[in-house]
Parts: sequence; C-alpha cells; structure tokens
Amino acid sequence: MIELSDVSKSFTLHNQGGARIEVMSGASLSVGPGECVSLTGASGAGKSTLMRLIYGNYLAASGQIIVGGVDVASARPREILRMRRETLGYVSQFLRVVPRVPTLDVVAEPLLALGRPLDEARDRATHLLAMLNIPRRLWSLSPTTFSGGEQQRVNIARGFAHDYPAFLLDESTASLDVANRDVVLGLIEAAKARGAAIVGIFHDADARARVCDREVDVTAFSPTASGTAA
Amino acid sequence: MTPLLQVRNVSKRYGSRIGCAEVSFDLYPGEVMGIVGESGSGKSTLLNCLAGKLTPDGGQVVFDTRMDGPVDTLTMSEPQRRMLGRTDWAFVHQHARDGLRMGVSAGGNIGERLMAVGERHYGRIRGQATDWLDRVEIDQARIDDRPEAFSGGMQQRLQIARNLVTGPRLAFMDEPTGGLDVSVQARLLDLLRGLVREMGLSALIVTHDLAVVRLLADRLMVMKDGRVVEAGLTDQVLDDPQHAYTQLLVSSVLQA
Repeated sequence: MIELSDVSKSFTLHNQGGARIEVMSGASLSVGPGECVSLTGASGAGKSTLMRLIYGNYLAASGQIIVGGVDVASARPREILRMRRETLGYVSQFLRVVPRVPTLDVVAEPLLALGRPLDEARDRATHLLAMLNIPRRLWSLSPTTFSGGEQQRVNIARGFAHDYPAFLLDESTASLDVANRDVVLGLIEAAKARGAAIVGIFHDADARARVCDREVDVTAFSPTASGTAA
Repeated sequence: MTPLLQVRNVSKRYGSRIGCAEVSFDLYPGEVMGIVGESGSGKSTLLNCLAGKLTPDGGQVVFDTRMDGPVDTLTMSEPQRRMLGRTDWAFVHQHARDGLRMGVSAGGNIGERLMAVGERHYGRIRGQATDWLDRVEIDQARIDDRPEAFSGGMQQRLQIARNLVTGPRLAFMDEPTGGLDVSVQARLLDLLRGLVREMGLSALIVTHDLAVVRLLADRLMVMKDGRVVEAGLTDQVLDDPQHAYTQLLVSSVLQA
C-alpha cells in the first residue's frame, strides 16, 4: 500500500549562502494492508520528514514513494490531492482549520470533500466526536478556542472520518488521558482490521506494543549512516 | 478530464516593462489556485489578462465552454466573451465598489446579473436574490438597501453573491479578503470554501496573504518580476519552497 524505494531528501537554503543540507538518503519502506509500522529514532532523526515526504508535503530529491498506486515523488498536484482525499489520511499533531467553522463541520469536511451527503457526513462526525469524549455543547463552536487536548481529539476525529486505505499518524496518542488513548487505539485497530496500512510515530511504548507490527529506525536513512551523501 | 482553463505562454508588456511573461498552466474543474508574489510581480496583470480585462500581447487562454468545448477566449468575438463574463465567469474585485453598482439595491445588484442572462420573472429574480443574500449571510431585510449602507465585509459578500448567482464555473478573485478585518476574512474564507465545494467552482485567487492561500488554495503559483518562479501543491510550496524568492517570501511571514 505504501512503498518507498531509495528516497532521498535535501534542502537548499538559497538565502543562506546556498547551503545544501542532506537530510535523508536511501530510505526504503514497505507497508502492506492491515500493517502498522512505527517509525523510531532520536529527535531530529527524520521521522517527521519521512511522514511529510509520504504525504507529498516535502518534495523528494530522488526515489519513489508509491501510495495506492500513485508515485508521490513525481505525481502532479491534482493526483496528490486526489490521493490525499481518497487514499491517505494524515493525523498531524496540530489542527489547522478555517477559523469560525463549527467543530462538527470540521470533522465532517473530509467526507463532504468526497461528495458524501451532508447527513451522512454529520452522522459520522457526531459518532466520532462522541466517541472521543468531546462535550456535545462544543460541537457547534470553532475548535480554534479549545484546549490543546480537545483540539488534538478533534483532529483525530477528522482524520478518521473517512475510512482511508492508508494513514499517517503523527503521535496521535501522545498526551491523551487513558480513556481517550484507548479510544484512539481502538480506532487504529479497527482501521487495521479492515485492511488499512499505517505509518506512525508512537512515543508511547504501550501504544506501540498494542497496535504496531514492527518498528523501523529512520536513523538508518540518515545520509551519514548510509554513507551515500553526495 | 479536460482542464477547465488551459493557459499557454501568456505575456503582457507595458512598453519595455514586463507585466507578465510566458505564463502557462492548466486549471481543472473544482480546483482553487492561488497566485502570490509581492506588489508589482505581475499577478494582477496576469489575472486581468486571463479574465479578458486586459489584452495580452501573446499566448492562449483556452476555456472549456459548455456549448463548444475548449475555445481560445483571446480569439473569441467580443459579444461571446462578454457573455462568458456574465455566465460562466465571475470576477471578484479587491474593492467591492469596483464590482458593485453602488446606487442600486442589494437585491438589484444580484438580480441584474440574472436579467443579463435572460431572466425576466420578477418573483423568481427576487427569490434568488433573497436566497443568495442568505447564503452569504446578509440579513434578507437588507435586500432593498443600497450597498453604500453596508460595511466593507458585507459589500464584499454582496459582490460574491452578485457574481455567483448565475452559477459560474470559474471565478477570478483579486485580493478578495484584502482590506477586511481578520474576523470578517475568516468568515469570507469559510463561505468561499463552502461555495467551491457545493458548486464545484474553480477559482484563481490573487493575494499576498500566505495564510489565506494555505486555507483556500489547492495549488499555488509564485510570481516574481512577471514570471512564475515556482508552482505546486500549496502546502508543499509553503513548507518546502524550492526557489530562492519563495524561500524569502515564506521566511518573511510571521507564521503563515
């Protein structure tokens, strides 16, 4: 479902003397349906960079990144947009929304973007918000004013609104209380059970033990480790 | 899928000065593309060339018309182009007063565009005007008031209603949220996003506000000195800019 082969990434800082920084090389990874892979490695090792490359948020310097048949590394913008709409869900650490939009609509939006009827999208949003213990009285308010923990749970609800065939989860269980962490792990297990491929960053060892099938240490993809930096 | 708009090598000079040079891109149905760059970068010149408000020196602007399929709008007859401007195209000006008839009531502003496409039934026109005021969140009781009596944000929303009432497929927007309070901007962004989704509208949005394009545009084109220096997915261009100018632009903003 998610196949990376020999992916490299560098940044060229044109306004800082044209410095070229190699941050990743030779990254390869294969995640099949129903599988959950945890990315590990010290802070700064490139876990988030790898996730951003898979999502098409960062432009790969070389290599292939196939997600559901689309090569993110070379696809045109609208192919990536469709891939994001239909195939690959991304639960980031931060909620980024248009201010003033009610929470219920924020969560329903990914389904509306797929052309689902409003009723169905709202039903699903209602279900997820209730599951994640967001008080009903907040649903008609914009999440921009919510606490950090509430925003995180709204973001998770939004990320799981559509049954994507693949997911990127960036510390989705971090800093949640036990009950809510359990709900999120349940969502991840359900996604796996229906065949979703998942790549995630899980700092919480218990969570990792419960949902992850294997770990990949991204330190192996650092240019210095592999010695292939140009 | 046929692109809604195919732009090829559009150039415009003002004497020896370059307005915009060799701009090419495709826009597909339902896509929103942002055009950013500092003042003088040519983004408004480009928008005006594409929308038929300026005549480019060269190039093609091929629009997928409902009746005849893809047609180069630059070689179209003037009446045909004017008809497009009233039906399938919308143009939202930065200053609402440039796009509104200030001496005509709010309802009249919306109804005028319907009459221009042949609607004559007063009840239906008023019905649609009321419906659109509602959609852009203007109190229906204000239908007979002139836009002069409206706030800046309301005028901008009225301009959008006037433009979208005929169900256009492509909207050209020149700094649509410029000069508005931040809270009003947010409301307008929400409104535009909803309309894009519900009507399948495509849009080209010229702005210098990177936060606006991040929330509104799927794709982004960065212009400098009349040329496109970088284009791609909006979040990719903003988070991983490749060109020196884009890097400067992004790093100069306080948290886009």
